[in-house]
Amino acid sequence: MFKYFEPNKIYSVTSKAPKYVLMLFIIILSIGLTEALILSPEDYKQSHSVRIMYVHVPAAWISLGIFSAITFLSVIGYIFKIRNFFLISKSLAPSGLVFNIIALVTGSIWGKPTWGTWWAWDARITSMLILVLFYIMYLVAWRIYEDNDKVFKATSIITIFGIINVPIIKYSVDWWNTLHQPASINILSKSSIHISMMYPLLIMTAAFALFSILIFLMKYNTELIKIKNKGLDRL
Amino acid sequence: MYGKKVKLRFFFVLLILFILILSVFLILKSLEENVVYFQSPTEIKTLSEIDKKKIRVGGMVKTNSVSVNEKEVKFIITDLKNEINVTYSGAIPNLFSEGKGVVAEGYLKDKNFFLATKILAKHDENYMPPEVKAALEEK
Repeated sequence: MFKYFEPNKIYSVTSKAPKYVLMLFIIILSIGLTEALILSPEDYKQSHSVRIMYVHVPAAWISLGIFSAITFLSVIGYIFKIRNFFLISKSLAPSGLVFNIIALVTGSIWGKPTWGTWWAWDARITSMLILVLFYIMYLVAWRIYEDNDKVFKATSIITIFGIINVPIIKYSVDWWNTLHQPASINILSKSSIHISMMYPLLIMTAAFALFSILIFLMKYNTELIKIKNKGLDRL
Repeated sequence: MYGKKVKLRFFFVLLILFILILSVFLILKSLEENVVYFQSPTEIKTLSEIDKKKIRVGGMVKTNSVSVNEKEVKFIITDLKNEINVTYSGAIPNLFSEGKGVVAEGYLKDKNFFLATKILAKHDENYMPPEVKAALEEK
């Protein structure tokens, strides 16, 4: 199945993809930023500081999404011994970490004028900080183990431990009293964000997702080149 | 279809997940008091004794309850069931207003009086342009 994939074939596709993804990213990002910073209305309560949300929320979503993807790939990779999945996970992780940090920093910048504090040890913010620690642990594990089998085991375990935190992040605002407000966008019930503010948010999410894909492709290509240099035609 | 080792690894992952979820659940359950960022006035009312420690009370600023003089601000935090009187002197965040969420950090004098040392405004999940807000209020 996936186990017997050929790096050369994959590389011939993934080495060409970045420039198209980059082009698309620049287009979507410029639309998103125009919408978010200029065209979208200010909020009735927080006025222009609402615009921080257009970076904060997509960054948080992407970091959660990437961690979930990494966990899924690592667990499947561990059970079925698919080494390619581990390389995909490894290449995805850095952009997840960066977006996680962006979410925390922009949240802090927004929190000061809105709440009156840079930081609060409430359940949502603390659990997001724990996710950063898991991302760091995951990336460090790749650095400290030389042996492939060890690194696959270690990273799988780290992601399984970390994934417990993801539903806690999502539902922390519903389960406990937090300073952080509950979700404004709901798939099942009515969203409490006006449609004119939802569009820029979704466009920015698409832009950030494209950026993650771009970084992923660049990282993944490096991994493939490393394999080719070792003279292996299979993983 | 799959080898014995694949099945073994699958059940190993399931076992770890199960034990982890259980232990995290138990830990969070026992730490519930510390996980919540603030307590509501109702929860304050049901306290058996008044703690000397710093705590946080959260809820809505009761409409027409804010009074300001040179030294201090007084207002009432309500959760629509119970109320608590708050006294505070210091800077107030911009978003602090009547009918909106607030979290006050400080000390309980008794179950009805709270001496705040810090005020945080709690923002709700509603985002809309001012025109929409005005249109909603007209209705």
